[in-house]
Amino acid sequence: MPHFTKPDEGSWTEHYGLGTGPISYEDSISPEHYELERDAIFRRTWLNVGRVEQLRRKGSYFTRELDAARTSVVIVRGSDDKVRAFYNICRHRGNKLVWNDFPGEETSGTCRQFTCKYHGWRYDLEGACTFVQQEDEFFDLDKGDYGLVPVRAEVWEGFIFVNLDPNAPPLQEYMGELGAGLAGYPFHKMTQVHRYRSEVRSNWKLYIDAFTEFYHAPVLHAKQAVADESRKLQNVGYEALAYQVDGPHGMVSSWGGMSPPKDLNMVKPIERVLHSGLFGPWDVPDIGLDELPPGLNPARHPAWGLDSFLFFPNFMVLIWKTNWVLTYHYWPTSYNTHIFEGTCYFVPPKNARERLAQEMAVVTFKEYGLQDSNTLEATQTMLESRVVTEFPLNDQEILLRLLHKAAQGYVDEYRRSSNAQGRKPETAARVSAAS
Amino acid sequence: MAVLPADFADLEPFAGWAIPTEKARYAKRLSSTMEELQAFYDAALPRTDAVTSYLEQFDMNELPEDAQRLLWLYCSLVTVSFPVEVWRQPRVPDSGSCALDASNPPFEKKPL
Repeated sequence: MPHFTKPDEGSWTEHYGLGTGPISYEDSISPEHYELERDAIFRRTWLNVGRVEQLRRKGSYFTRELDAARTSVVIVRGSDDKVRAFYNICRHRGNKLVWNDFPGEETSGTCRQFTCKYHGWRYDLEGACTFVQQEDEFFDLDKGDYGLVPVRAEVWEGFIFVNLDPNAPPLQEYMGELGAGLAGYPFHKMTQVHRYRSEVRSNWKLYIDAFTEFYHAPVLHAKQAVADESRKLQNVGYEALAYQVDGPHGMVSSWGGMSPPKDLNMVKPIERVLHSGLFGPWDVPDIGLDELPPGLNPARHPAWGLDSFLFFPNFMVLIWKTNWVLTYHYWPTSYNTHIFEGTCYFVPPKNARERLAQEMAVVTFKEYGLQDSNTLEATQTMLESRVVTEFPLNDQEILLRLLHKAAQGYVDEYRRSSNAQGRKPETAARVSAAS
Repeated sequence: MAVLPADFADLEPFAGWAIPTEKARYAKRLSSTMEELQAFYDAALPRTDAVTSYLEQFDMNELPEDAQRLLWLYCSLVTVSFPVEVWRQPRVPDSGSCALDASNPPFEKKPL
């Protein structure tokens, strides 16, 4: 018997028409399929590369290495305060324009202009070429023709996105109803940021799989609760309050009544003294929100604890009832490796007590994260054995079906358009982006 | 020479845990024995209320150096609590091949 109401069809999966059969993981173990995903997904969808707070002043910039999309971009706040993105390449002879020490590592800073390390060509914050070393030596060169190549950059609720596809719909439209439902959430007040990064030996979709279902939580994370609680959780299992799907994006709404716990014996001694734990600090900061945005706690359930959104392809936002936020990013580097970024955002602590309560939440996230990532290499290697090729997914794993189906949909569409145009579309995209 | 505020002289033997970054705190945890982790935990946990009350008198952005070290020491207590209270070993079980490291210290003195 479900503890929480399911749709009339009897399951979330059937309600959203995602099919109930076993699924193949061939899309996560094939190098050829990954090459298709790079062009079909990572060169065609909106990718979140950071937040506006990272660009505090005119001339603040940061670079992002988008290996899956076969490029590097630089994002900068212009003299007019507008956020722009450019391919990170000098127009003279193709040197990477912005980098330090190691060309493959990301960097950030503040500058008045970009100067290429190689021959000193300069570009202003809006991308125009402003200086060519020994300009007279060139042949009919007009600097006006040699500005940086722009990349589309748009902002949703303070999150900066880029899209390499000049023909993609605007970001607002892409984010759909789930994005619109979060409008007005005060992300900008949560400027105390803890960033975590990990190189993971699995396909990028496997980690998203792990983080879009909580079915694993009572088992994999059993030891993180005190013994009695853990037994109770495992007997009950996991059921979400609600799931929502809109296009390639999805969300899970979850209960979470542990902050503060009803009974102090339910939690570990360190949580008792620091008043914090997995669900965040118990003393909740005021973020000036009289009412939740319509997209949060869609079931309006009193036991609500957090909502977790997957914005396709690789951006997750977790919003906690206790007024803090987590984001996850998954950046593929090959068919069976990726870089995971987990970022915790809090209202800046007023004092050390609040700082330590936040540290408790952050470190708990890390301990859970390590448990989650330890299964991934183990899963990847055995999937690659192809001993078993089809896997059943239950109703609490609906967002896994959504992710793999959406990813496959982009690949299929890309193949169709390749065939229709009779040429390799990745070449077409590069030409049109540069023109 | 004492590195922690005088009120917390009893914690001086554990001053080596006053480490500014999460990555380094976790590294020290992995290179410690369970006996060492337990000893630090046993000494520090009962003093938490006294420590937070002491630290609360300062603005987060204007912590004196010894108070800042005391704060880092208690960040380490958080890191050490997991092996002591949960894992019974320094490393998260089965995490042999993974690492998840903080890539920025949060802004202790200058909030972003």
